[in-house]
Amino acid sequence: MALLRYESQVRAPLVAGDKDYHQVTEDICRPVETRPTKAWWIGFSISVLVLIFGIVSVTMEVTYGVGQWNLNKTIGWGWDITNFVWWIGIGHAGTLISAILLLFRQGWRTGVNRAAEAMTIFAVICAGQFPIWHMGRVWDAFFVFPYPNTRGPLWVNFNSPLLWDVFAISTYFTVSLLFWYSGLIPDVATLRDRAKLKWRKLFYGIAAFGWTGSTKHWQRHEALSLVLAGLATPLVLSVHTIVSFDFATSVVPGWHTTIFPPYFVAGAIFSGFAMVQTLLVVTRKVLALEEYITIEHIDVMNKIIVLTGSIVGIAYLTELFIAWYGGNAFEWHAFKENRLNLASPYGWAYWIMMGCNVLSPQIFWFRKMRRNLFVTFFMSILVNIGMWFERFVIIVTSIYREYLPSAWSTYYSPTIWEVGFYMGTFGLFFTCYFLFAKFFPVIALAEIKHILKKNGENFKEKMGELESETVEEFAEKHGHDHGA
Amino acid sequence: MAIKKFITGNFYDEEILFPAVKKVRRAGYRIHDVFTPFPIHGLDKAMGLRDTGLHTAGFIYGITGTCTALGFISWTLAFDWKINFGGKPYFSLPAWIPIMFELTVLFAAVGMVMTFCYLCQIAPFVKKDHFNLRSTDDTFVLALECNDKTKDEEVIAFLNNLGAREVAVQYKETGWWLGRYDKDTMKFEKKN
Repeated sequence: MALLRYESQVRAPLVAGDKDYHQVTEDICRPVETRPTKAWWIGFSISVLVLIFGIVSVTMEVTYGVGQWNLNKTIGWGWDITNFVWWIGIGHAGTLISAILLLFRQGWRTGVNRAAEAMTIFAVICAGQFPIWHMGRVWDAFFVFPYPNTRGPLWVNFNSPLLWDVFAISTYFTVSLLFWYSGLIPDVATLRDRAKLKWRKLFYGIAAFGWTGSTKHWQRHEALSLVLAGLATPLVLSVHTIVSFDFATSVVPGWHTTIFPPYFVAGAIFSGFAMVQTLLVVTRKVLALEEYITIEHIDVMNKIIVLTGSIVGIAYLTELFIAWYGGNAFEWHAFKENRLNLASPYGWAYWIMMGCNVLSPQIFWFRKMRRNLFVTFFMSILVNIGMWFERFVIIVTSIYREYLPSAWSTYYSPTIWEVGFYMGTFGLFFTCYFLFAKFFPVIALAEIKHILKKNGENFKEKMGELESETVEEFAEKHGHDHGA
Repeated sequence: MAIKKFITGNFYDEEILFPAVKKVRRAGYRIHDVFTPFPIHGLDKAMGLRDTGLHTAGFIYGITGTCTALGFISWTLAFDWKINFGGKPYFSLPAWIPIMFELTVLFAAVGMVMTFCYLCQIAPFVKKDHFNLRSTDDTFVLALECNDKTKDEEVIAFLNNLGAREVAVQYKETGWWLGRYDKDTMKFEKKN
């Protein structure tokens, strides 16, 4: 057993304090089993109000048409598609943490994966709103699905990246939901078995699917998680790749580049981790979970932010260099005049993007900064502002001046209903997150228990003595044959 | 399913549970199941459980998804209603790879989760008997199935010896029924 659980002392503990299994259950279930605090009610109410404003904005758009937005002849995609790409990017961190880091056997993921997966699902729901309501005649939205129809049947165009998007986003949402919920079932069963109140027994009884914790079921559960992780890993990469194809397969200057897929994926992970930081820095404090989401977790995620931020930075510079080196006059003009030129109508947006995404994360090279909660929180907001501007720059600066100067549009700025729609998705996102944090454990209970004896602070201390043994002594004492 | 007689022991530490499981098997008792709050690697092997075939099922679902996408897109775009997109061939496989991949993943994931629920017999409103509520919290509950020849005292003493606590005889339903956890809706009569 000990060999199975052995881990080097070099690694910091992932669960702080002297915990046993029962204490873990108590700590993580406490926020769910106590009455909501005043802070929760205030946050939740604000989110619902913002959501209502979003609903009003969308109602205006549906009632009076897309003309309620400031989109025009060349700027067919403005804030709405910017927001779509931004949200879908944020929705990449959860599955990355739970799937890719599971395959890489990163123990620290257990502290943050459940909340990050929930965040992913809510972000994808928010992202999905934009293309749907952008359709204008939203009651015809089902036209995007290939079903036998009375128009021929005239099928959807399977060669179009926009249709690939339909499949990618809906698959991503479904798989993320299944992954999240299948992981949640055992934890909900814990809540069910602890429930004292009638409604809790009923609610968690239904939600736990009758889970018992049988060894055979766990064996299948492990297999399921592993294969779903294996499937979700290429899926995560494919989704943002396909989103980038929406741009890259066009012939618009500034969009028509082969660097887009890796560049978009890195950007998505970058912004997703920033959002995870925003949420977790607050969640761990409010729900008193500092012993489970430790500074170590924050530190590791900040390392990923500086890595992906630098990848994004290299992508920006490569793109810029190739625009000049490629010798295409239109491409270079889009970069030089519409983006780099600070005096151009949207030059400021390009430089905000550069500042927030490339320069500012470099602060995380310093360990002290990575472990500072205020810096982390501030940076996470800054990164998300920067990533929003990245999408805005790509979309708007490329299409507001296309090939013909006669089609160069006037300055595009959103109407109140475009802004309201965007705000509304924040309302939706945080409403969902508040409900999740109230009714479900924000940390994967079973997974924390699984790593507790390997990564728990008090267990690691006891294991220190193992390091002084020779390999032969160690194997003699703790070697085992995996029960064969 | 039916109500059966079990002798259960509650283990507080997995390092006691592992040798106990081995000894119980060596002594020839039949382990009904071990209920644990989290997955314990190697326990399935120690109990002599077979590997799960869920991976294989997932592979088959995935292939089904690929074939569905390829078949359907080929039929619509190359046979049923041909549309000329900029002079490109009707059968333009490279453009279909994204959707083929997405459907592979979709079919595999949905199929596997449904198979998982079917094999474990779990669904909303499904209710099952519990041996010990702490098995979803912090302890590991070993349940031995009894038959006519089982000598209760002997087994209880044996389990106590192995480090089990709260060793008890329990009559439990082994299957599931539709019910709610806030009500005692057992449709069978309980014997204990």
